[in-house]
Amino acid sequence: MSSGLYSMDKKEFDATFDPMRVRPYGDTMNDGKVQLSFTLPIKADELAAEAAKLYAMKMGLEEPGVVYMADLGVGYSFFVVYGSCAHTIDITDIRVTKVESSVMSMGETDEFIRKNIGKKLVVVGASTGTDAHTVGIDAIMNMKGYAGHYGLERYEMIEAYNLGSQVPNEEFIKKAVEVSADALLISQTVTQKNVHIQNMTNLIELLEAEGLRDRFIVTCGGPRISHELAKELGYDAGFGAGSYAEDVASFVAQEMASRAARP
Amino acid sequence: MSKLNLDGRLIESARESAGRIAEDMQKFINFHTTVAVERTITRLLGVDGVNDVGTPLPNVIVENLKSSGGLGIGAAYFLVNAMLNTGMTTQEIAEKAAAGEIDLTKLPAKPIGEIKGKAYELASEMTGRIKSNRGKRDEYLKTIGEGRRPYIYVIVATGNIYEDVVQAQAAAKQGADIIAVIRTTGQSLLDYVPYGATTEGFGGTYATQENFRIMRKALDESSREAGRYIRLCNYCSGLCMPEIAAMGAMERLDVMLNDALYGILFRDINMQRTLIDQNFSRIINGFAGVIINTGEDNYLTTADAVEEAHTVLASQFINEQFALRAGIPEEQMGLGHAFEMEPGIENGFLMELAQAQMAREIFPKAPLKYMPPTKYMTGNIFRGHLQDALFNMISIWTHQGIQLLGMMTEALHTPFMADRALSIENARYIFNNMRNIGDEVEFKEGGIIQTRAAEVLGKAAALLKDIEEEGLFATLEQGKFAGIKRSRTGGKGLDGVTEKDDKYLNPFIELMLER
Repeated sequence: MSSGLYSMDKKEFDATFDPMRVRPYGDTMNDGKVQLSFTLPIKADELAAEAAKLYAMKMGLEEPGVVYMADLGVGYSFFVVYGSCAHTIDITDIRVTKVESSVMSMGETDEFIRKNIGKKLVVVGASTGTDAHTVGIDAIMNMKGYAGHYGLERYEMIEAYNLGSQVPNEEFIKKAVEVSADALLISQTVTQKNVHIQNMTNLIELLEAEGLRDRFIVTCGGPRISHELAKELGYDAGFGAGSYAEDVASFVAQEMASRAARP
Repeated sequence: MSKLNLDGRLIESARESAGRIAEDMQKFINFHTTVAVERTITRLLGVDGVNDVGTPLPNVIVENLKSSGGLGIGAAYFLVNAMLNTGMTTQEIAEKAAAGEIDLTKLPAKPIGEIKGKAYELASEMTGRIKSNRGKRDEYLKTIGEGRRPYIYVIVATGNIYEDVVQAQAAAKQGADIIAVIRTTGQSLLDYVPYGATTEGFGGTYATQENFRIMRKALDESSREAGRYIRLCNYCSGLCMPEIAAMGAMERLDVMLNDALYGILFRDINMQRTLIDQNFSRIINGFAGVIINTGEDNYLTTADAVEEAHTVLASQFINEQFALRAGIPEEQMGLGHAFEMEPGIENGFLMELAQAQMAREIFPKAPLKYMPPTKYMTGNIFRGHLQDALFNMISIWTHQGIQLLGMMTEALHTPFMADRALSIENARYIFNNMRNIGDEVEFKEGGIIQTRAAEVLGKAAALLKDIEEEGLFATLEQGKFAGIKRSRTGGKGLDGVTEKDDKYLNPFIELMLER
């Protein structure tokens, strides 16, 4: 099935790196090599292998090689495909929305709060709506944190309330008001059919309706969240996969300080 | 023979502590009933369906009893009394009650002896049906056989029961032995069970009796095709524990998630409510021949797997004792644990091995349910596949009973069909290639593995002593499990708990416990 993967034919690439024409890298600059896997809802035979190859070509792969095909039963087949992608990307023309704060360590954050704010910051977090998963909010808030990154509960200058999972937005806001929160953290882990978007939008609408939106720094996080999405939904910041407590704490502390400095 | 050189007296004393903890709680349970228990009895006595606004009839009946103060006497008493008064079936009575045409608590009271006699007669019809389901499963197991242990357990979660069928049948073809249909997010907090076939769910599919029936039928087809019986699993947890158990028993489900403490800790369901509900749900599961799975793996998603390993063992002891008191034999106790240590730990594999072997030796007959890495799955699917491989090695090495397969795409999305196929291939490769490693390799005396197991057992025994002295309610209030604190009167569902009246009647407990 595989074609050209071990081919002795030398392909001629322009082997200089060009930031305006970046391609994937296998073992030679600009070879464009990518690997992918997918399933087609057709039974595994020669026709399926050919279909997978042609489909890969439509995705922009030159000389795709179907290196593996497996029958998944019930008339479905699984493929692993390698190929050289024809497309290039101009990285000089990309603008990224990033959280505008510099990440500080736990000690630095505590010190920063002491010096610039002079009181403990109150942070309320929860996995809201129907989401039953606390792994995200726990990783950020619990004392132990995640993978060696201590959580907000361990910060001397942060008073952290982790409300757990499946907290309705109304209840969440009530608690935030009750403890005079400075910042709110929403976690959305497992989501289907974009229910997290509705839920996150609903929280902002409730805050606005009660005239509370400006009282809090409102942030969100989870594997499907980006800063860009968060801003679009009316949040102050969004934290995607690979974010830790220090990212959140640094942002909240610096944002608080800059709000306080504003006239 | 113990490979870990565990202290037999310490195991004995831990088990005794757990026994006294459960016994203490059992007294409380015996004096109480809940709305969920009464809805279950209503269903088992033949009531099903919904009213014109979609409320399940068992809810209509039990709400009626609750609002007129009859909950403590129980649904069996009032339903049977109504039958004797009207000559109608329980279903017809429920429909009339839903239409507001009769009020169950306002009918003249027939003699208690007559009510009891009729109640037991009616209940026996249902226990007969469940018994014949059990017989049918045994027949399948005898005639077409089953997969070797560890059973390969995979999840389907499309939200649409018909799409689930496609996924489940593919998984059965690929080598799965148990198919679990994940429930839709949030179902555990519904105080009713939805009705009929469903095609919309979030992160899973509604558990309904009709969905159970559709999937069991599909898997019976797959079983015959694959030449091995494919078990069906669902979730007896949340606010409807016993109702789901009853529906599962009626539709021949084979495996049920059914933890004594899970709802309290992870769903903030009131502890009194959960402990009463778990008891009846387990009585039903025990009678129906269902393998229960306990949820100790969940502790490790919030607490640390190295530091809190002893809480898993302590909870296994407690779950075992509650299960015994609900008539569940050891062979149906899929006590849970998990491979959840941080992968960067030096010799983490050895500690996982110690934990799994320890569970195996302490609960020798239980089909232990081993759960895959989830907390430290990162999106690096290539490393994830390796983590799952290590997890599979421990399972075959220590003779686990049920292997919930890890997916390399854990933490990314509900499994694609191909994810599942690759996971099954991974497990089958390792199970076959390392089949008898556990019979060949012994552990070094006083080495890392033996020492670790002794330490965990010691701590678990001490914790159980503590709980025994303080009582389970107080322990949960102090946050000793999973680091989560719950109040005795807090959480959801407490208003559905009531004391039993002198006239209280539940014929199923007796019929199901004596077999």
